[in-house]
Amino acid sequence: MSIYSRRRIADSVVTGLSIAATAFGLLWLVLVLGTLLENGIAAITPALFSRMTPPPGSAGGLLNAIFGSVVMTLIATLVGTPTGILAGTFLAEYSRGSRFGEAVRFINDILLSAPSIIVGLFVYEIMVVRMGHFSAWAGAVALAIIVIPVVVRTTEDMLNLVPNTLREAAAALGSPKWKVIVMVSYRAAIQGMVTGVMLAVARIAGETAPLLFTALNNQFWSTNLNAPMANLPVVIFQFAMSPYADWQVLAWGGALLITLTVLCLNIGARALAAWSTFKQ
Amino acid sequence: MSPTQAAARLAMPPEQDVRVPEPMLRQKAVIRNVDFFYDNFQALKNISLPLHDKRVTAFIGPSGCGKSTLLRIMNRIYELYPGQRATGEVLVDGENILAPGLDLNLLRAKIGMVFQKPTPFPMSIYDNIAFGIRLYEKLTRSELDDRVEAALRRAALWDEVRDKLRQSGLGLSGGQQQRLCIARAIAVEPEILLLDEPASALDPLSTQRIEELIAELKEDYCIAIVTHNMQQAARSSDYTAFMYLGELIEFDETERIFTHPGQKQTEDYITGRFG
Repeated sequence: MSIYSRRRIADSVVTGLSIAATAFGLLWLVLVLGTLLENGIAAITPALFSRMTPPPGSAGGLLNAIFGSVVMTLIATLVGTPTGILAGTFLAEYSRGSRFGEAVRFINDILLSAPSIIVGLFVYEIMVVRMGHFSAWAGAVALAIIVIPVVVRTTEDMLNLVPNTLREAAAALGSPKWKVIVMVSYRAAIQGMVTGVMLAVARIAGETAPLLFTALNNQFWSTNLNAPMANLPVVIFQFAMSPYADWQVLAWGGALLITLTVLCLNIGARALAAWSTFKQ
Repeated sequence: MSPTQAAARLAMPPEQDVRVPEPMLRQKAVIRNVDFFYDNFQALKNISLPLHDKRVTAFIGPSGCGKSTLLRIMNRIYELYPGQRATGEVLVDGENILAPGLDLNLLRAKIGMVFQKPTPFPMSIYDNIAFGIRLYEKLTRSELDDRVEAALRRAALWDEVRDKLRQSGLGLSGGQQQRLCIARAIAVEPEILLLDEPASALDPLSTQRIEELIAELKEDYCIAIVTHNMQQAARSSDYTAFMYLGELIEFDETERIFTHPGQKQTEDYITGRFG
């Protein structure tokens, strides 16, 4: 057999294996989404968005859980985004090459990959135990702790992509450093930074472990941030594990809702990134 | 009057002699015994030369000879990076700009710079120009409009962009972007203009426009230009400095450098025997 035909055979074998591996990975994704749709679509009714979580055996929806998830995600994002952006700016613009910056970056990477249950336990220890009760504040803090390292990392990475020549050009006009960062670096990196924030929101939208130890759950409508608050992940956890069929249907509906939200956020982030590349 | 000034006067065409009377030709900046270090590597060794007002001084030499480094000393842009330092004196109108404690932002507002790669900011064409003006001047809307237009006109870009001032500067061609950067630099009315290979990334037509621009701008500014293009140096400069391995080998009127170079190395370089 000639070298060339052997190469062609090797090429088709490897190509075939790659396609098979991709298909194997996609298969599970499709199965997960398919099962979710099959079981969850029945629960997507107006009642899901208008009624509270019910006791077993009666009709109800997920309104209090949806509200709680939105509120805690919102607070976590509002706290985590500015903190993360400022810390990422410090790393990219002020501490390049310094030991302190290296240390902060290293610690941030650890925080980024820390299991979220640890974050939950930590907030339980510093907030829930001291306050004496579970609360939405504690839940939001736990989620913010997850948002911050994600935003720090994406902000730093995006600012590092801004060419130094651009900073030099702005500085050469006599611009003070903060103005170079705000007017030039941020503008050049804004799309990537927004994408990072959206990905962080998508990540916390489905986090269960940290909320289990902090916001816990609430069967009733509650807007008191100082009290336990219902949220989709914990409700799904509780309802899915229950023996009641109507609770299980609501759990499927909640799971589908989170998945669709995360999907939309991801698509939004990608569309934004694509739009920014196109624009430049 | 220094010998170079006297020589420059003799070399000037008669009509220019009438328009630019001798006292106007003065040394805008004087570089005196300047050394430069990248950490422990010495990139410039004891450089001394003058930059004349309303004249173009070209810096030529092979890559890595330190010509860009010398330019980057003039506005202390090198200080953005730790580990780079300069010693010696650079006197601009008699004031040593290398002195510690000098306000770098004010210095850089006075000494404009254009880089090798066009660096439009990610904002509209209008805002690209207005950015520098707004830093140090509080103008009304119409005053600002006038300044932006004047800068774009001087940079020979106005006719091409007058209808799309609100569009992104990133959408312009390479040559237009570079003229935008020049417009941005002159919009703040600096006293010295530093051009670091401003045409090396451009096609011949854009290069020609930039050179015409330089010829026009030198009536108002003291210009220093780094170039790899020998013809460009010969065409557009009044004085030429030849540098090699961090040393200033020869500095003289451009005409002399290109016709009767005093040093063998200079002659070898400009005739293409090494470099």
